[in-house]
Amino acid sequence: MATGSGKIRRVSLNTPVTEEALRDLKLGDVVYLNGVVYTGREGVYKQCLEDGVPLPENLAEISNVNFHCSPAATPDGQGGYNVGALSGTASFRFAKWLDRWFKASGAKIIIGKGGMSSEDYRKFFVPNRAIYLTTVGYGTGALLGRGVKGVRKVHWLEELGLAQAMWMFEVEELGPFIVESDLDGNSLFERENAAITKNFEKLYEGTRPATLRRYGETDNRSDEVI
Amino acid sequence: MISIEKIQQTAEVLMAKAAIDIPDDYLTGLQEAANAEEGDLSSFVLQAMLENYEAAKQDRRAMCADTGVPRWYVKMGNTASIEGGPVALERALRLATARATTDVPLRPNRVHPLWRTDHNNNVGLRAPEIEYAFEPEGDWVDLITVHKGGLFGTDYRMLFPGDGIEGIKRFYLDSLIAFGKRGLACQPAIIGVGLGGSKDTTMVLGKQAACLRIVGDRNPDPKIAALELELKELGNSIGMGAMGFVGKSMVIDCHIEAAYCHTGGMPMSVHAFCLSSRRACARLHADGRVEYRTDPMWFTPFMRRETVEWQPEAEKLEELV
Repeated sequence: MATGSGKIRRVSLNTPVTEEALRDLKLGDVVYLNGVVYTGREGVYKQCLEDGVPLPENLAEISNVNFHCSPAATPDGQGGYNVGALSGTASFRFAKWLDRWFKASGAKIIIGKGGMSSEDYRKFFVPNRAIYLTTVGYGTGALLGRGVKGVRKVHWLEELGLAQAMWMFEVEELGPFIVESDLDGNSLFERENAAITKNFEKLYEGTRPATLRRYGETDNRSDEVI
Repeated sequence: MISIEKIQQTAEVLMAKAAIDIPDDYLTGLQEAANAEEGDLSSFVLQAMLENYEAAKQDRRAMCADTGVPRWYVKMGNTASIEGGPVALERALRLATARATTDVPLRPNRVHPLWRTDHNNNVGLRAPEIEYAFEPEGDWVDLITVHKGGLFGTDYRMLFPGDGIEGIKRFYLDSLIAFGKRGLACQPAIIGVGLGGSKDTTMVLGKQAACLRIVGDRNPDPKIAALELELKELGNSIGMGAMGFVGKSMVIDCHIEAAYCHTGGMPMSVHAFCLSSRRACARLHADGRVEYRTDPMWFTPFMRRETVEWQPEAEKLEELV
């Protein structure tokens, strides 16, 4: 389902997401999610991919959307949880696990902060038919908190702690997120960087390189620091 | 005498206010940036942020789930007296930080740098930081809390007098662009620039310039004030907006603070106070009144004094007459 608003296209998706729905997404589309979304980051990846702990049964049928996130949540004293704010954490640190994670979990969407390089998308995402959604701002913690309607289950809360556990959230119109990579492995951030870099020669007129240089320094401003 | 109970209660209120309520000056600045922004994606991000501040206020939830590393700035009038003294004050601020972490809730972000262990309450070794300053008049205490993220957007460099304004501009642009890509700095931000002092002073001053001056405030030195406006304009002409998308909203305001430095050097720091510029302040008076406000009023003529004696020359002459 897609509705136009200005030049930005808004799309609502149900989880588990289908290949057809992913194929329809364009870089820069705004996405909201319904169904179940689970968190998973270095603690889950290490435990399941390196230490051999089995994944929750039928994970891909429950959801194929993995959010790089730790919620600001507290137990409600009745066996449930109060979920306050949610924000993505920077994903570029987790690239090394993703190929094996896609194969083991059946995940098709990764959500997080800032995306990864298009090289990573082509190496890990494209062969596994997966895409990347970025959180917005990156401070829309209160809006994302509103999209969480319940906690279906928390896996490995004791073993991994609150921040690293796998939280399975029941969500309604959880978002906004922006499509950062498509099924061909293109990156929205890299497209935007390329457009902005054209301006740099003029921008840097009237500036001077520092007298004292630093080891490891680059003057190529089309480089990124991630 | 200012009661320690009042200090702790006020500190807990400030922790919640900082986490939930975006300060008016930053909100107004961001609304202006949103109105001026022409990039589609950047505009969308700014609108989402404005909705997010509203959602945080309505639901009384933290505006960002990364609730930063909470810290305190304390300023005392010269005749202020605190029940239990400064040691009791520090205990109250640590206690308020721990309680607010559970009550708001905030994310317990603070861990040991090597062992990654924590107390789940944002209190630990040297945490929260507490910085002090004084004013010549008054029996009040100002409490200011700042919740700022800590990973991206800040850098330091030793420049030299020969690098001049051109060198300052280069390092400023480099910092904004390196951390602006993909929006790692969570811009548009209040950019603070520290110039001069020793290396540590430069870092401290730049951070205070970003976090403790409100949008629209100008340095009293007219030449520095002009440079602030020039750097603001320069940052907004990069062509980059929120999240590093094509746009022009990078800098909501730029604040520069200077300190006398070694004759051979010109150290510089750049700091970005992000889209969730979280600060809250209150003045506690000796008679028990508490006044909440959003302007820290940290940088005063006394704080920026240049000579041995504070008392301005004119006043001294008047006394002689």
